[in-house]
Amino acid sequence: MAKRIEEVRHLGEKKRPVEKEQAVYDRDYSRYAFSYPTDKYKYVLKPGLSREVIEEISAIKGEPTWMRAFRLQAYEIFLKKPMPTWGGDLSAINFDTITYYATPTDKSARSWDDVPEEVKKTFDRLGIPEAERKFLAGVGAQYDSEVLYHSIREDLKKKGVIFLSMDEGLKEYPELVKEYLGTVIPPTDNKFAALNSAVWSGGSFIYVPPGVQVEIPLQAYFRINAPQMGQFERTLIIADEGSRVHYIEGCTAPIYSKESLHAAVVELIAKRGAHLRYTTLQNWSNDVYNLVTKRAVAYEDATVEWVDANIGSRLTMKYPSVYMLGKGARADILSVAFAGRGQHQDTGGKAIHAAPYTTSTIVSKSVSKDGGRATYRGHLVVAKGAHHAKSNVRCDALLLDEYSRSDTYPYIEIDEDQVTIGHEATVGKVGDDQIFYLMSRGLSESEALSMIVLGFMEPFTKTLPMEYAIEFNRLIQLEMEGSVG
Amino acid sequence: MASVLEIKDLHVSVEGKEILKGVTLNVKTGEIHSIMGPNGSGKSTLALALMGHPKYEVTQGEILFKGQNIVELEPNERARLGLFLAFQYPLEIQGVPLGRFLWAAKKALMGQSQADGQPDKKADAKALSEFRKQLQEKMKLLKMDESFAQRYLNVGFSGGEKKRAEIVQMHILKPEIAILDETDSGLDIDSVKIVAEAVNQLRGPDFGALVITHYQRILNFLKPDYVHVMIDGRIVRSGDESLVHELEAKGYDWLIHETKAKAVR
Repeated sequence: MAKRIEEVRHLGEKKRPVEKEQAVYDRDYSRYAFSYPTDKYKYVLKPGLSREVIEEISAIKGEPTWMRAFRLQAYEIFLKKPMPTWGGDLSAINFDTITYYATPTDKSARSWDDVPEEVKKTFDRLGIPEAERKFLAGVGAQYDSEVLYHSIREDLKKKGVIFLSMDEGLKEYPELVKEYLGTVIPPTDNKFAALNSAVWSGGSFIYVPPGVQVEIPLQAYFRINAPQMGQFERTLIIADEGSRVHYIEGCTAPIYSKESLHAAVVELIAKRGAHLRYTTLQNWSNDVYNLVTKRAVAYEDATVEWVDANIGSRLTMKYPSVYMLGKGARADILSVAFAGRGQHQDTGGKAIHAAPYTTSTIVSKSVSKDGGRATYRGHLVVAKGAHHAKSNVRCDALLLDEYSRSDTYPYIEIDEDQVTIGHEATVGKVGDDQIFYLMSRGLSESEALSMIVLGFMEPFTKTLPMEYAIEFNRLIQLEMEGSVG
Repeated sequence: MASVLEIKDLHVSVEGKEILKGVTLNVKTGEIHSIMGPNGSGKSTLALALMGHPKYEVTQGEILFKGQNIVELEPNERARLGLFLAFQYPLEIQGVPLGRFLWAAKKALMGQSQADGQPDKKADAKALSEFRKQLQEKMKLLKMDESFAQRYLNVGFSGGEKKRAEIVQMHILKPEIAILDETDSGLDIDSVKIVAEAVNQLRGPDFGALVITHYQRILNFLKPDYVHVMIDGRIVRSGDESLVHELEAKGYDWLIHETKAKAVR
């Protein structure tokens, strides 16, 4: 028996009265919006994409031949694949005006002192060195195309934990990279995965040996500095049997009012009994197209958790996936999105049950405001033979005004009888009475609204280390300021 | 000097329909006033209009608090002046723990704006630990389990727990004039006593209250200084505590008839 459920809902499509187009870039992000000139960069490739550009990137990196071949083959695939039209509006992306590789230096430092001054200033302003000292087990910091700083705590290094940039990973552990890269997400997967495979640069390479527990998070920080930049980091995390690791990534960029492109590929492999959590706090400026493919495979009794928050970008299309390939594997996907003026957050999750006794939960929470659009796109598959699979999908949308929009596309395919599936969706509006109640206690209208939105996001916030929770709350408050009255 | 809430010839409409038709009343700190009256007489409208609910439109008259006309003020500005409303139907707010909310509210009242209530400064740390202690005491006073501080605001609280939580909030936020809108409705007799005792504890020269109720039982514990009867959007009779007993014995009908008779004349 095959069951297929497609339920599509659209809410809040009322047209907004005439508004200023400029407002798309209105967010005040003085904390993030600064930038530095690129005239001292060691490399800035001319905009546009060709075989030559790809060969040049590969040559700058001094890569093995097989990687060069991998890139060129991916480029052919990229050329053949049409632009996807099923999701957000990609028509403004012009592949000829994007810079595919730029970096101030080709050296990756192990100490902040060795990082170029302006790069260091950037990461100082973003609080990265401080965070590293206080509560991180390791840090990687990518600036445009290259990871310019990374470190890992000595004790973890001694236990065999590898945390390198992907480029260094390729240099130091070519066999491991060759064995796994592109196995979870092949270049043929989609146009932007092909593009990433062709021009990738930076990203993290992590390997956690069997049984090793990395109790505090590893973090990577991604910064776009140059205008009309394309950032194409490639991340591969292998959690070996019985290991545990939590990886957090954050992303910011200054505002140029010209399209930038971020097309990352993230592949996770959780072996038997491993526990892998991947947290993203995406806060790109509102001129970034964020088109990311994230997928994990989970073997027997392994758990993969995607915790994915999207606040920034003009358009995000991202659906973290877990393929549960081993008996008893588990997937937890928590996706939260905030769509403000001029933004479209097209996010969700995919859970593929390909083995018995597998469990998945997908929770999506979105907030739309000032004409923003939040789309939930989910895909739940229970394959034949994945008996006793359990899945629970829940999406909650909060609309803050009548001009904003929420869409839900939950696709469910079930080819097995002995399964337990739950699916629930709610759309809510903030009530005047709730606002009045909070205001009667002394909060301003925007504080009251912030508080309700933060409360709505609480299931996400509580998964974060405290420092990140505070940062996240601050970002949401920034979004909410001036939103009323 | 006592702070005064002066309600002068107040007319209030909701969605174009006039509910309050000229209410005049003064509540000073140091006094407990009670407003009684049948269903639909406008008691809750008065409470919500005093606090500034946007749906309640003042069409005539004024509300002065500490000499300032507050009709145009936002609810939070009224709160900062020292006004408080214990809601008849407290709202549920998902994901916002009661304790965190109250800390944010307290800071907002003190003029520090920070809606998430997360402590991020060292100076806050001391104030926060004092706040936590105070909150614990107040919850004990209202016989609420400590765990309520971590629970989302009113979410899954029983009717009685919601009402008691309102009084905890009142104790923490320390208003000068509090309006209690049917706080006793839906409470069992023990809870009524607990709430009344908590209100009595605040009683003094710096605190006044306007207690809206249907029933005399909370007034037996509160012993109000003044009792008013509201019928059809007007206060038709004022007196001292003995009026409560008169109403208890005679009901509202005689006053309703009297009011109608007056209106005819």
